[in-house]
Amino acid sequence: MERNRFSQVIASILVNSLYALENYPITLINSLLAPISIIIVIFFVSRGSLIGVAIEGGLLTAMISSGTSLQMDVSHFKNDFKIQDMVVSSPTTQFTYMSGMALSEIVDTLPALLVLGVLALLFVHPTLVQALVLLFVMLMMFVFSASLGFLFSTFTTDIIESRAFLGIFGLLLTTIPPIYYPITYIPKPFQYLAYLSPTTYAAEIVQNSIGYLQLTPLNLGVDYAVVIVAAFGLLLISYKHAVWREN
Amino acid sequence: MQGISCDNISKSYENGKKALDGIGFSFGERGIISVIGRNGAGKTTLTRILATELMPNSGHAEIDGIDVVADPGPIRERIAIVPQESRPIGWLTCKQAVVTYLLYRGYGYSEASSRAMESLRKIGIDQYANTLSRKLSGGTKRKLTIATVLASDAKIIFLDEPTTGLDPISRNELWGMLEHLKKDYLIFLTTHYLEEAERLADKIAIMEMGRLLAFGTMDELRKKVRYEYAIRIGDRKRPRCKLKEGAYVTGSDGTEQIFTSKAEAFTISQQLIKEGTSFSSNPLSLEDIFYYIVKMRLSEDYGEK
Repeated sequence: MERNRFSQVIASILVNSLYALENYPITLINSLLAPISIIIVIFFVSRGSLIGVAIEGGLLTAMISSGTSLQMDVSHFKNDFKIQDMVVSSPTTQFTYMSGMALSEIVDTLPALLVLGVLALLFVHPTLVQALVLLFVMLMMFVFSASLGFLFSTFTTDIIESRAFLGIFGLLLTTIPPIYYPITYIPKPFQYLAYLSPTTYAAEIVQNSIGYLQLTPLNLGVDYAVVIVAAFGLLLISYKHAVWREN
Repeated sequence: MQGISCDNISKSYENGKKALDGIGFSFGERGIISVIGRNGAGKTTLTRILATELMPNSGHAEIDGIDVVADPGPIRERIAIVPQESRPIGWLTCKQAVVTYLLYRGYGYSEASSRAMESLRKIGIDQYANTLSRKLSGGTKRKLTIATVLASDAKIIFLDEPTTGLDPISRNELWGMLEHLKKDYLIFLTTHYLEEAERLADKIAIMEMGRLLAFGTMDELRKKVRYEYAIRIGDRKRPRCKLKEGAYVTGSDGTEQIFTSKAEAFTISQQLIKEGTSFSSNPLSLEDIFYYIVKMRLSEDYGEK
């Protein structure tokens, strides 16, 4: 029979996102609240002055969290429901399954992205170029974090381990790096530590674009290079090392 | 050939554990082949290799004449698996669970939807179509996993210990279902329940420590033991009667048994009646054969008694 690749991608979106939303609507509230909560804190602490950078930070965080959540969802399906075993022994390919799972995370985050997008329009008033820069960086950060998620999902053997990784990724990629505020707000020695995370470079590009940071062309070039290399480098590593048919 | 064939399949894991050691057998295109063995015998490893989830270290296996190692793509079109300990996703209804699996297999949504309902009806759980699977009983969850794979066009179904943990009534219902299905499918069934294999399987593979100790129909397995009948002695004492043909064997429950030929079983029975010893005499069951063969192999390998 003729296999429909589109159906195979839709399967993951349904199982991991839409059916969960339909049967448990509470997941929608969680999805909306998660990225907005830190923005509210930043808004109060900065007396409104950092609202623009915090909203863009929220958009970046939403994409990064989508990617790292993949790690937990894929390993949950693999270890607890054995869904991956059923899918491996079916006409679905690794690429189709993983693409579907990645898209399902974006679909899951869409309500939050929508709210953050409206907030960005209201408070940041981005130009077309600024919006395109933001979208590009968001996409790169999703590729990076989703690749990280896939890679770790193949090694994790239990939901406890997956949850621990998710917490660590959240801390190292979105909480400690200066995503919701400019890097100049943290003391010098800690800035060097922040530069260990690719998300810092991503945030710098966005903050430079909307005028919260003034980067030299060289620094901006380095930021773009780091972001692109991190995204595609990890994608390559993940594709080569992720285990589909076990050895 | 159509069906499944293996030749000298071996598999060792990275920790050095040898899971399979030179497995070889073949089985036709319909019916049930059941693999029995203790925990760690290699049943799941063999299942996963044949279902193209795991690579063997050496050997050759084919499904419908296609090489399992070299060409898994066309095989995945024909097979489906219910893995050991698999369970439906709790936040999906029964229908959603089946539809999702069919979408993964490449069906369009409307065809997936109608096939899902048809399969749920066939297995007798269509009344739960819109019930969240987490609310189902253990037996119905198992039926749902089987309905899920049967909804597809796969004609070779791998069921890895599908009845483990089920109550006797649910297990019996599933057995009835599998008996009906084996007319149209090739079902590769692993199980710990010897009565399940005896009742359902056309051919049985007995595995122990990664090796295939015996393979065949019940009659062929009986021939491997050399004897056809088992006389169980009621009071656990070895009777005084002399055996012209046969062997004393201690059963899995500690009872003394005599394995012998049909003719000799009749003679021994008469002696036991004269002695006033309580006993029962039956054709060898799979349990008798399994314990005999596994014990023989263990005593050959390790001097265990």
